[in-house]
Amino acid sequence: MSAAYEPVIGLEIHVQLKTRTKMFCGCELSFGDPPNTHTCPVCLGLPGALPVANARAVHYALLIGLALGCELAPRSIFHRKNYFYPDLPKGYQISQYDIPICSGGRLGDVRIHRAHLEEDAAKLVHVGASGRIHGADESVVDFNRGGTPLVEIVTEPDVRSAAQAREWLNVLRETLRQLGVSDVNMEEGSLRCDANVSIRPAGSDVLGTKTELKNMNSFRYLERGVEAEIARQTAIVEAGGQVEQETLHYDPVTGAISSLRSKEEAHDYRYFPEPDLVPVVVDEGMVAAARAELPELPAQRAERYERELGLSPDSARQLAFRADLAAYFEQALQTDGEHPQVLANWVTGELVARVGDGDPAASKVEPAALARLVALLRAKQVTPGAAKQVLDTLVARGGDPQAIVEAEGLAALGGGDELAEVVRRALASDPDAVEKLKAGNMKAIGPIVGFVMRETKGRADGGEVTRLVREQLGL
Amino acid sequence: MSELLELTAAQAIERIEDGDVAAGELFDAYRARAAADELNAFTWVAEAAPAGDGVPPGAPLAGVPLAVKDLFCTEGVPSQSGSKILEDYRPPYTATAVEKLQQAGATLLGKTNQDEFAMGSSTENSAFGPTRNPWDRERVPGGSSGGSAAAVAGGLAPWALGTDTGGSIRQPAALCGIVGLKPTYGAISRYGMIAFASSLDQAGPFTRDVTDAALLLRHMVGQDRCDSTSLAFPEEIALPQGVDLRGLTLGVPEELTGEGIESGVREAFNATLALAEQLGARIETCSLPHAPHALSAYYLIAPAEASANLARFDGVRYGLRVDADDLLGMYTQTREAGFGAEVKRRIMLGTYALSSGYYDAYYGRAQQVRTKVAEDFRAAFERFDLLVTPTAPSVAFRLGEKVDDPLAMYLNDVCTVPMSLAGIPAVSIPNGLSDGLPVGFQLCGPAFSENRLLRAAYVLEQALDFDASAARR
Repeated sequence: MSAAYEPVIGLEIHVQLKTRTKMFCGCELSFGDPPNTHTCPVCLGLPGALPVANARAVHYALLIGLALGCELAPRSIFHRKNYFYPDLPKGYQISQYDIPICSGGRLGDVRIHRAHLEEDAAKLVHVGASGRIHGADESVVDFNRGGTPLVEIVTEPDVRSAAQAREWLNVLRETLRQLGVSDVNMEEGSLRCDANVSIRPAGSDVLGTKTELKNMNSFRYLERGVEAEIARQTAIVEAGGQVEQETLHYDPVTGAISSLRSKEEAHDYRYFPEPDLVPVVVDEGMVAAARAELPELPAQRAERYERELGLSPDSARQLAFRADLAAYFEQALQTDGEHPQVLANWVTGELVARVGDGDPAASKVEPAALARLVALLRAKQVTPGAAKQVLDTLVARGGDPQAIVEAEGLAALGGGDELAEVVRRALASDPDAVEKLKAGNMKAIGPIVGFVMRETKGRADGGEVTRLVREQLGL
Repeated sequence: MSELLELTAAQAIERIEDGDVAAGELFDAYRARAAADELNAFTWVAEAAPAGDGVPPGAPLAGVPLAVKDLFCTEGVPSQSGSKILEDYRPPYTATAVEKLQQAGATLLGKTNQDEFAMGSSTENSAFGPTRNPWDRERVPGGSSGGSAAAVAGGLAPWALGTDTGGSIRQPAALCGIVGLKPTYGAISRYGMIAFASSLDQAGPFTRDVTDAALLLRHMVGQDRCDSTSLAFPEEIALPQGVDLRGLTLGVPEELTGEGIESGVREAFNATLALAEQLGARIETCSLPHAPHALSAYYLIAPAEASANLARFDGVRYGLRVDADDLLGMYTQTREAGFGAEVKRRIMLGTYALSSGYYDAYYGRAQQVRTKVAEDFRAAFERFDLLVTPTAPSVAFRLGEKVDDPLAMYLNDVCTVPMSLAGIPAVSIPNGLSDGLPVGFQLCGPAFSENRLLRAAYVLEQALDFDASAARR
């Protein structure tokens, strides 16, 4: 990216809602079930079938709208978006057009243009080498996915880099996850992101010609795809050319960007109000019900952790963006609220390292136990090394940290004779190191400390060991 | 002709309930007559009466057979909407309106011919050949529900279901000398009706008299959770009674009763107005200023909706498919082969009206006219209980007479389209003959005024004493 150009990026995100049933019929949502086992006259587009809007999907859209600070339309309408494709059984998609259910809003530093309800297309499976419709021997349609409720979120062109796009999408994903409205899994397609990308001379406020980049089905691919497109546009402009408005396909395997259709080939969707559906009327009761269900959202929670608990921005975000970690952390904090930052470090560092992506509350480590362990550490009753061993035991068997310390003899060794004796043996066992230390090379203390830690099973305090070494060698 | 077949449905129900007639006997009599159909009114006729348990005991419609327009989905039975693209298509489910009537004890006698996807006013646009008018077999029965109208008028069915988008029940009822009612939009579920124009389509009865119309309507209305545009009917549909029209003010809209109305039709209309006055009604002319634009608006809105509604006939999942080398070829060749000329014309018209850059001038403007037409009616109903017009500007025309002149064909709907745009109920009753062919008289009222409408129609019917038996011979 040449510093002379600034990327301008807007995102369009499709979120599959995890309602029980589809957007306009009673078929259950499914993932991975045998093809065409969740269908009915409505989602197959049979003659005479009519859609009826899913009230739960409307509720979820309101939750999303509230979380993104959108204005909620008291009366929004569905339109038909007309085009022919085998995955679109009616020949039109029911979507929202000029009056979406949510408009305006903001998440972090990116403004939201709108969010609207629509139905997902079915899934085409192309049999043949290419895996795409061109060159396929045969194409078959699985209508299980057809009619799944979607909320499409469109941002303003406020994103300025591929990395920011990725980071912001992650904030959005965590927000949606914590709302409980979607599985937000990019690989499975429950969260899909297209990017509108343009570049302009740095400092300009005119928008360049944009391209729409599709098919980035992971956070990594989003970042790479947008980066590749910025580079492509920059190369065109620097060579004196002009970017053409088109829809592009990003191939995550080869990294290649290819044209799906040019501006001239763009569809005329002939939108018009869907006469089979009455307007979506949102009354105060519906908004109040959504508001009451609204959890504290990641961005707000991170901000509160920084403000009230004095956590570092990194720790605050790491906790706030995983609802399970945040809940665990807050419960531990009730046992010992003296050292929030240390506790946070232990939750996001040592605990996550041991329990992985799973909910730590489901592990054998009680939040109170972790809090007591941190308290022991802060009181220097255990060393960090010993504390990690205690945590290993807690993960394996659960229990109380104090009892484990006592049972396993992991209490920190103070400055007493016992430690002095071990240090003496360590020095005696390694004359080489002693030579070097006496010559002023303090790096040679490593093996000595290592010896002591081995002998004491990590119960020794590193600082104390160093002090004793200096004392005994008269340094 | 069997005396049984001369009974109205209500009379037949009474005879069945009294034990004089068995439902199966009645069904067989009609089945035999429908199977010998010389009018091409039916596209499918039931093989046999439903088994004994087909009719719920004590069901109010007592097993009286019912003819149903082809476009209503009926499970396992051809439902083709008059189109080659749906030839022998048998749906896996039954339309709500038909299902409700079956639950009330109606039995499915057969499916009736229609203009393809309900687009037409003569039933000549059917892929299965034209239907003939029982009054004169060289003439059309009207359309699009011409098969249902001809079947009832010709005595092939005691009653029938049709659908009305811009006049498709009322105009064929008029041309066939029977009663046809288009209810308030939303009064009857559209679920399972193969759509023409969703914001206008409405199911309704064809019957030999007004009482039967009320009876059939009673068992069809109601909100349906499968049709979000359906509404609960605010009151029970009453069987009409009364002997006069005292206290009723009838408006005669000058825009729908002037130019373009054939003289024989006008004479019958004026005679009926005089009769209504004798029966105690007050009659005044009124104005529906935007009504002259209704037909133009209708022929933009209905095709626009149809262009989308018919997109699902793409050869992918059901119906006709013409195989081709690629997807686009399959789409175009399937639709080229499967749709008739009028359907193609309206798809093109509708697609154009919705196109980017033309939407505001055509579809948008047409919607504004629609609003104005509805406002005209609202204003009129502040002064009048009901408005009356001729149903169709002419009596039944000859087969082939208008097939090459779409605009002349569209003018058949000039008196019926305004009510469709406004979503209000309207009924056509036979009010005389002109050159030996029946003429229809239309009454319309505010939304959900069906009881008032049917009562007035009933009183006029009694006084008119129209004899339609000639058509049943």
